[in-house]
Amino acid sequence: MSPERLRPARLVAIFLLGWLGFNTPPLRLVSRDAWVAGLPLTWVYLFGVWTLLIALLAMALRPPRRE
Amino acid sequence: MLSASLLVAAALAYIGLLFLIAWLGDRRAARGAKPFAGPWVYSLSLAVYCTAWTFYGSVGRAADDGYGFLPIYLGPTLGAVLGWVIYRKILRIAKAERLISIADFIASRYGKSTALGAVVAVMAVVGTVPYIALQLKAVASSFELLWRSTHPRPLPFDQLSLLCAALLAVFAILFGTRSVDLTEHHSGLVLAIAFESLVKLVAFLAVGWFVVWRLHGGLGELFARAAADPKLRTMLARTGSNDGDWAWMTFLSLLAFWFLPRQFHVGIVENVDERHLRTSAWLLPLYLLVINLFVLPIALAGRLATATAGVSGDSYVLALPLAAGRTGLAVFVFLGGLSAATGMVIVESLALSNMVASDLVLPWLLRRAGPAGGDFRSPLLVSRRLAIVGVLLLGHFYAVFAGNGVSLVTIGLISFAAAAQVAPALLGGLYWRGATRNGALAGLIGGFLVWGYTLTLPTLAASGLLSQSFVDHGPWGMTWLRPSALFGLEGLDPLSHSLVWSLLVNVIAFIGISSLGGQTAVEVRQAHRFVDVFRLRESEEPVWSADTPVASVRELLARFLGESRTESALQGWAQERGADLQREVYADPELLAYAELLLAGTTGAASARVALTTVAQEQSLDVGQVVELLDETSRALATSRDLAEKSQQLEAASAELLRVNERLRELDKLKDDYLSTMAHELRTPLAAIRAFAEILHDNPDLPVERRAEFLRIIEMENDRLSRLIHDLLDLAKLEAGDEAGNQELALNPFGLAEAVGEAVESLRQLSTVRGVAVEYRRGGDPLALHGDRDRLIQVVVNLLSNAIKFCPPKIGRVVVAAARRAAGRIEISVSDNGPGVPAADRETIFERFRQLSRPAGAPAGTGLGLPICRRIVAQHGGRIWVEDAAALGGARFVVLVPIAPGEIAANTSREAMDSRGGAEWSRSAAS
Repeated sequence: MSPERLRPARLVAIFLLGWLGFNTPPLRLVSRDAWVAGLPLTWVYLFGVWTLLIALLAMALRPPRRE
Repeated sequence: MLSASLLVAAALAYIGLLFLIAWLGDRRAARGAKPFAGPWVYSLSLAVYCTAWTFYGSVGRAADDGYGFLPIYLGPTLGAVLGWVIYRKILRIAKAERLISIADFIASRYGKSTALGAVVAVMAVVGTVPYIALQLKAVASSFELLWRSTHPRPLPFDQLSLLCAALLAVFAILFGTRSVDLTEHHSGLVLAIAFESLVKLVAFLAVGWFVVWRLHGGLGELFARAAADPKLRTMLARTGSNDGDWAWMTFLSLLAFWFLPRQFHVGIVENVDERHLRTSAWLLPLYLLVINLFVLPIALAGRLATATAGVSGDSYVLALPLAAGRTGLAVFVFLGGLSAATGMVIVESLALSNMVASDLVLPWLLRRAGPAGGDFRSPLLVSRRLAIVGVLLLGHFYAVFAGNGVSLVTIGLISFAAAAQVAPALLGGLYWRGATRNGALAGLIGGFLVWGYTLTLPTLAASGLLSQSFVDHGPWGMTWLRPSALFGLEGLDPLSHSLVWSLLVNVIAFIGISSLGGQTAVEVRQAHRFVDVFRLRESEEPVWSADTPVASVRELLARFLGESRTESALQGWAQERGADLQREVYADPELLAYAELLLAGTTGAASARVALTTVAQEQSLDVGQVVELLDETSRALATSRDLAEKSQQLEAASAELLRVNERLRELDKLKDDYLSTMAHELRTPLAAIRAFAEILHDNPDLPVERRAEFLRIIEMENDRLSRLIHDLLDLAKLEAGDEAGNQELALNPFGLAEAVGEAVESLRQLSTVRGVAVEYRRGGDPLALHGDRDRLIQVVVNLLSNAIKFCPPKIGRVVVAAARRAAGRIEISVSDNGPGVPAADRETIFERFRQLSRPAGAPAGTGLGLPICRRIVAQHGGRIWVEDAAALGGARFVVLVPIAPGEIAANTSREAMDSRGGAEWSRSAAS
């Protein structure tokens, strides 16, 4: 399979990862009075998942070598 | 000291700068240069998603609710992930069909239906008015806040809002409605919008930086101070939040990001290159992340500060710098908010005006004017401009009369929920050929009515335009019809409640009515063009009949595009086709299709079709014929797929052939080598015989002893020659049996123990002469075996005679052993105390004519004994190899043969092949 044909499946996988990451149950687990390095756990978690998602997305959408 | 004139001057200077940027962008495009920083500008223009709502409202929401503002940005992030999969399809279709708005898209998909276009246009206007009101309200109240900081007398809100609306209308008209062709890109406008996105980002980051590092000692300190307040601490822990509402909001924002009229306009209509999606897909989420980083910190700081005690959270962004006396920063923030609002209003009003003009006004004009009507260009432009003014006025009135007492975010979400209503018809139309116009109409209208009832009525009541008892007790006291708890559904927040009901009604009506069927021929064709956009081919069946004069087409086009544009478009088309339009009298179907596409770029698909029917005849195909035509197309597609598959198979087969050919060459070379070696082997004894015979012949007086010696040599060489020939014939016979698949073996049950003993006995003479002690170790087991007794004896004799030959004379020792082994096999081994076989030669000695140098005095072998042994063993399904003899120190030849005939049959052919080294090739040759 060429990377171009795999791309949709990869993107759907990232989407599902993001949907799960931004919603219950993980969100419920981090919704509590806990702190990471002086910052609220929920805040750190949400922005962390967000950053990860953007990085994955940028990788999944890299143009093919010859275009 | 902040003076009013300074503030107004700053705002006007900013608007002036926007004009300059837009003008520069347009000039660059007019010169035909590539748009500046294409993918980056495209991504930033998509950030028109972040409006004054984001700029002011997010902080307000965060101050009340903690993280509640985030789903509105997480949704678009997820939407961007799927952009390449779903959004790209929309983009591809819109380019192919020259679509100019979301109403146009839906109308075109469902058979270029004017009714559907009109419904979506009305929905878009009604749904967006609150959103535009939000922007006006935000700009006006931010201006007022600045104003109040230095002036005791408040400004009238309604006048400010009206002024704002007027300014924005002028800007939108100047930059959005200059050309009548809508598919022509507004490069300048897009550049200005991208610039606005940068300004609002920098302004927001500046407040964030100021609040976190100037008012407080950094993020950690700010959060620590917030944690000291129990209420804020609970909010930060997010323990009381409703995850269901959160999920609905994320989903809603995803749909809004795709289907809000302005998002559709910048994302689809203004897109110049599909590949820009690659960049925007990660750049836009990154933009959203960055602009949201400081929302929560600013909200916390606002709630902690005493100066902002009575102030609404929506104005913290401005109030915090003002309270700290940072007037300069406050003005910058005001400009940031202004840029967020103006960007949204300009694009939104433009998108709406396109829909109003193309889907509401033009169909009416066309019906009224008929074929004789005059130039449509100025009515189109005027109606667009009037639509912009009208939309902004509506927004103004909504802001003044209905916007009181409702927060920015609440207003914005109402519009989001309206935009989401197009999702079933649009997404369904992308993937489901069976979706019909009636289904789409029913879904849209049903969803929209429920939206209006459940979401807008309560806000009207909240601002006093409607009796509150209507909301509290339902119409005429029917409590089960309460707008915020329809059919008694309680426990959801108003937004989720409205979404559940409206989307449910929408989807059920859409699918239900569609499933009743009733597609027209045009619908079937359009469904195919949309759903299969990635697989479309050029050859399309004709839509229009070829009996329209070229002159009529030319005249019709000129009424919408103008003389000069019509002329250049037609000439370009003729040149591409190699046709001469001056000479042709009747327009062919292709020209008519092209004319329709040209018109669509100005009027939208539905009106273009209506306009063209005033001069041309549509092919009167019925649904069945269209379906048949499309089936033919898909059959052709399937055939071409089959062909591709076949050619792939062919390629693989030819690669296989190449490999086999290579292997054959190799085998051929081996055969040549073999022949030359054999000739050499035969010639050596012959040459010796001839040489000694000549000596005897030429020298009759040789002494008797010499003569006897020479004769003995001749006899020996003769023996060797006949042995060689015998072995060669033997090997050839074995190989011939292999080739033919039937071995020359006489398979019978016999006792191997006794047979081996017989072989040992037959060589007793030789071993005695050489002084080698041969010992045969056998147990009591007769070792019953199904095989060729003589052949196996031949193997043992061969191995044993070799061993005797290679043993040192006088002290030589050979041990022959036969024993039963696991898995129904019998092992025969012949060990000696000779020099052994070097590891490198252990495989090659089984090849023909490979001999190790033998000790002095040992008789010469033929070099065929071991190959014959290997072949016989292989035909029995067994294996032969050589290893070190651990006890004796020499070589140990081992033969392993199965006892059961079944196993013999199964294994023989494979092992025989393996011994030729051509297993792969014979397998592939057989397949």
